[in-house]
Amino acid sequence: MARYLLRRLIYLIPVWLGISFVAFSLANLTPGDPARLMLQRQFDRQPTAEEVARARDEMQLDDPFVVRYTRWLGDALTGDLGTSYRTGESVMGALIDRFPNTVQIALLGLGLALLIALPLGVMSAVWRRSPLDHVSRIVALMGASMPSYWVAYLLILVFAVNLKLLPVAGQGSWKHLVLPSITLGLGASASLMRLTRSEMLEVLGQDFIRTSRAKGLGSRAVIVGHALRNALIPVTTVAGMRFAGLLGGAVIVETIFAWPGIGKFVLDSIFDRDYPVIQGFVMFMGTVFLLINLLVDVSYAWLDPRIRLGRS
Amino acid sequence: MSEATVGSGPLVIKQQRGMFLRRCSRDRTLIAGAFIIAVFAIAAIAAPLVAPHSPTQVDPRSILAPSSSEHWLGTDNIGRDTLSRIIYGARWSLGTALVATLMIVLIGVTVGLVAGYFGGIIDDILMRIVDVLLAFPSLVLALAIVGMLGPSLKNVMIGMVAVWWVDYARVIRGMAVSLRDREYITSAHCVGCSSWHIIFRHMLPNVIPSVIVLATLELGGLMLAISGLSFLGLGAQPPTPEWGTMLNNGRPFFQSEPQLMMYPGIAITLAVIGFNLVGDGLRDILDPRMKK
Repeated sequence: MARYLLRRLIYLIPVWLGISFVAFSLANLTPGDPARLMLQRQFDRQPTAEEVARARDEMQLDDPFVVRYTRWLGDALTGDLGTSYRTGESVMGALIDRFPNTVQIALLGLGLALLIALPLGVMSAVWRRSPLDHVSRIVALMGASMPSYWVAYLLILVFAVNLKLLPVAGQGSWKHLVLPSITLGLGASASLMRLTRSEMLEVLGQDFIRTSRAKGLGSRAVIVGHALRNALIPVTTVAGMRFAGLLGGAVIVETIFAWPGIGKFVLDSIFDRDYPVIQGFVMFMGTVFLLINLLVDVSYAWLDPRIRLGRS
Repeated sequence: MSEATVGSGPLVIKQQRGMFLRRCSRDRTLIAGAFIIAVFAIAAIAAPLVAPHSPTQVDPRSILAPSSSEHWLGTDNIGRDTLSRIIYGARWSLGTALVATLMIVLIGVTVGLVAGYFGGIIDDILMRIVDVLLAFPSLVLALAIVGMLGPSLKNVMIGMVAVWWVDYARVIRGMAVSLRDREYITSAHCVGCSSWHIIFRHMLPNVIPSVIVLATLELGGLMLAISGLSFLGLGAQPPTPEWGTMLNNGRPFFQSEPQLMMYPGIAITLAVIGFNLVGDGLRDILDPRMKK
């Protein structure tokens, strides 16, 4: 297991370097001179040519690409992702401050998605072609097809405006967490449910299930103890990916519910052309996703001895 | 994908085509999806004939009007006819998703085939690029690209294409690797066909069914993503009648006039359901092993 982990960690290094390269290169997409943009913001007027030249010199923008990239990477390795044009705070600090809020709703969303997806998926597989199977298939189709930002407003309309059970937006009590998490969870539950169903069907058709039934095991022991355990392996992987997707996709939900997470911060930065934040966001999220992927792979190996013992 | 999609020789392809059409006509999921898509496609193409009003015509006398015989779905906050905007919106929302998909397929399939066919260092380089891009969830990178380029529908499409081709490249590369060692590819090589001829004339036709399935399955998701960015104000800008932009436009009024957000939301949901149904149906037919 330790060797497997080490191999995975070594493999991550080139991918991480690639992520940093993408994040750094993004800045070259910006129309206009970053030094001029920064000065415009500082002075609130058009800067003179000398001022721009001095700022370019200070920011070392005239160095070759490779030199600038290496310098940026060195800073990134020490946790320095630059300074926000807009707020003047350290990009890394700003992202880390808001990240727990995003993790909070993404985790709750994933938990809710699994809570819906696992029982429904298992039941649809066990009672295949029953009315329950058909209904859950339709629900999954709807869940996968409705835009999350639209669902969010429907939920607000019903639970906050009409029933007045929950707050419309903001942060404060546990009640503020409910609607953002449900919005994120509903979308994720659809694909997880269909996956659970198809994986269960695959496992239920295998010989060892027939053997365990023939041995006289009760159907609950067969379904939960044998079939679900096997079906859970791919579901875990996809759940991990979905979690990463929820963190990245939280932008929309955070904006609607005025939830002070990383996504809302980045969207505000986009509208304010705060390029260091956008760049830092890509680097930060890229790194987080790599770590999530590593965790998923490790849990996968832990769940399935074939992977940890064989070659990967 | 499956061996069933990899045919060999024109006779087999012809037989498969007949079988394919027969099975399509019997698949209820596929027909339901195709019907929904057809309705939207007709609305998009024939918008000037079908729409009762211009999508941008402002009528100051009927602002936020409820449903009536003149405005079936009412009007928005500056008096534009909602139904007409939804009908014209099909052009923008379906159109952008389709164009983006075509570009994604073009890049993804070419990269996948080239990597799979040539192998070696070309494959290594291309697949490392794919690995890096796959390390981001699609929305993060697309959002950053749009953020850097500035908000506009064109930039949203650039962001989407830059990120989404990767899935295709990986799937198609896997298929190309398995095709490379087939006898007919080796014989094409022996009779002196060029690499490009082999890639585009012999390998490409074999991956097309899987590409079609993948493209229809992903079209819905792509539409959701594009309209999502428009909803955030990053994509189509007012007064473009794009569905995501319409939803964004209805936000300030959603408590008093929920219908402004209801209709565009229903339109997006229906269109995505249509694509998902067609994708599911096609997958079951073209790739029977996945049918459960």
